[in-house]
Amino acid sequence: MKKHYLPILFFLAIMPIFFIGMDRDKSVLPSPLIGEKIPQFSLPSLINSELQIDSSELLNNTFLFNVWATWCVGCLEEHDFLMKLSESNEIPIVGLNWRDNHNDALAWLRDYGNPYTIIAEDVSGRVAIDWGVYGAPESFLVNSNGIIIHKHLGPLDDDIWERDFSRAIINDAN
Amino acid sequence: MISGKETLVGLLLTMRINHNNLFLALFLCLIMSFTHAIDSGLAFSDPKLQQRYETLISEIRCLVCQNQSIKSSNVFLAVDLRNEVRIMISEGKSNKEIANFLADRYGEFVLYRPRFKTNTIFLWLSPFVFLMIGLFVVYKVVRKKIIT
Repeated sequence: MKKHYLPILFFLAIMPIFFIGMDRDKSVLPSPLIGEKIPQFSLPSLINSELQIDSSELLNNTFLFNVWATWCVGCLEEHDFLMKLSESNEIPIVGLNWRDNHNDALAWLRDYGNPYTIIAEDVSGRVAIDWGVYGAPESFLVNSNGIIIHKHLGPLDDDIWERDFSRAIINDAN
Repeated sequence: MISGKETLVGLLLTMRINHNNLFLALFLCLIMSFTHAIDSGLAFSDPKLQQRYETLISEIRCLVCQNQSIKSSNVFLAVDLRNEVRIMISEGKSNKEIANFLADRYGEFVLYRPRFKTNTIFLWLSPFVFLMIGLFVVYKVVRKKIIT
């Protein structure tokens, strides 16, 4: 009779795996870039098209790399938070304007304010591919060695910043 | 891989042509015309490269619309990734190099056919493990039947 317990044991062993799988949000994918050096790029500045922004110039400082566009609804949602973050001078924010209309992007900054230290303009979307971007807004936290230490998909807010980003900065400093 | 065309031909061969079936056949032809690649023109003039391109893009997941391949989606990210694949093919990159390029940026999930790595080893080997367990059970049962 003992072996009748076998299927039940097997069932009990496999259930936790399914339970863990059910809780996971499948639209948020783990980025293989975390713990890696930032992908290199050289793009024109959105504000001053004659100025070229090279990714190597960004290093030596912890910064937030924020992918945005005027067609992105979530970007407007997080804009107030980004303005607040930039006013606090806590961290420089580098923008990547992703596959956007140049004039629309400039108008957006005029209307809602510009939280970015610099903005690179990625018209073709090829730099965004190197960063594994698939849905704006996306935010990457980069440390002073140029290593990506955290990534967030979707609009940022105070809670997410405190919970994930502030902690990642503190952990990285230690 | 079985294409829609082959299944359609198979279906047509197995049914006798009468009026109802003719309508069905016409309907299937109509559907088939929608299943072709979304690009307006061919990406390559060389049919071999075009074939490789189409197979590749049908095995790359569109991450915006996760249950579609980049072949069947017109979200701009899918358009950009198709373009990237086209460039890499014309640069002479191998299928493996293209798969690595994508998985290094977007993770294993972007490939419908994940690479064989430590974190995908269970995925690749589990069918054989389960087959072995099944064969073992069959062996046990059959032996018991023979003995009794």
